[in-house]
Amino acid sequence: MLRARYLIPLVVFIVLVVFLGVGLTLNPREVPSPLINKPAPAFQLPQLHAPDKTFAQKDMLGKVWMLNVWASWCVACREEHPNLVELARSGVVPIVGLNYKDERPDGIAWLARFGNPYELSAYDRDGRIGIDYGVYGVPETYVIDKAGVIRYKRIGVVTPEILRDKILPLVKELNGNA
Amino acid sequence: MRKLFVLLLWLILAGSALAKEAPTVAADPVLEKRAMALAEELRCLVCQNQTIADSHAELAVDLKNQIREKLKAGMSEAQIIDYMVARYGDFVLYRPPLKASTLPLWIGPFALLFAALAGLFYYILRRRRSTPEQPLSEADEARVRSLLDAQEERP
Repeated sequence: MLRARYLIPLVVFIVLVVFLGVGLTLNPREVPSPLINKPAPAFQLPQLHAPDKTFAQKDMLGKVWMLNVWASWCVACREEHPNLVELARSGVVPIVGLNYKDERPDGIAWLARFGNPYELSAYDRDGRIGIDYGVYGVPETYVIDKAGVIRYKRIGVVTPEILRDKILPLVKELNGNA
Repeated sequence: MRKLFVLLLWLILAGSALAKEAPTVAADPVLEKRAMALAEELRCLVCQNQTIADSHAELAVDLKNQIREKLKAGMSEAQIIDYMVARYGDFVLYRPPLKASTLPLWIGPFALLFAALAGLFYYILRRRRSTPEQPLSEADEARVRSLLDAQEERP
C-alpha cells in the first residue's frame, strides 16, 4: 500500500512525458481541412498562359486529378517541383496548377525555368480562390475525384514518400472504383 | 541647389503618400469596428498564435478585407464565422465550439480539478480516521487548566 503511493508521482511523470512526446511529433501547421470529402469549391479563372481562356473546376469532372497551389515567390514550391515534374512525366494523374497571388510574367518565367508539370495553370491573382480552398501556406495539393469531391489535401511539400504512400494509392483506388 | 531642394521636397512628399496607402480600412467607422471585432475572434493560420486582427501576414490582410466586404454586403457576423469555418475549420476560432470532438477541451480542466479535490478529500478523511482522538492524560489536563487559569488572571 505504502509502495503504491510512492509510485504515483512516477506514474504522473510518465503520463506527462507521453503526452509531451506525442505533442512533439505533431505538426501544428497541419490543420485538418474541413474540405475533405466535400465538393471542390467552384471557380472559374483565366489561365496563366492564355489570359483569354478560362478554367473551371468542373472542366475536370469525370477525371481523378490533382490541384496544386503554387507561386513563383514560394521557396518550398521549388523544392516540391521536381517531384511534380516526374509525376507528370509518368502520366498517372493530371495536375492542374493554381498560380496563387503571383505576377503573370513571374509565374510563366518560373515554369519555363523549372519545367511545367501542369496541364494548365489557373491564375488566381488576388488569392480569392485560394481563400475558398482554405489555402494558407503554399504549396498545397488537393486530390479530387471524378465526382469533383476533394479526397485528400496536403499542406506543404509533396515529397516522394507522400506520393508513394498516400497520393498514388488514393488515385489508383479512385480510378478503380468508377 | 534649388533643383536639389525641390527634388528633396518631392521625395519627402512621395514618401508620405506611400505611407498613407498601407492600411485599407472601411470608410464607415461602425462597419470597421464590427470588422475588427470579428477579426479578433479569428486565428491567423499563417502565424498561428495571433488573431487576424493582430497579424500583418498577407493572408490575414486578405481575410480582413473579405470580412469588410461581406459586412458591407449585409452578411451577419455568424454567417461570416461560418464562411471562415467552412474553409479553415474550427481551428480558426479562438473560442472553439462545444461538440463531441472538443468535449475534452471544455470538460477536461474541470474533470482534473474534480479529481484532485476528490483525492484531497479522500486523503484527509482517511488520515482523520487513522488518527483517532486520544483523551488527554491527567498531567496534560492539569497543565491546560493551569495555563487557562493563568490567562484569566491577567487583565
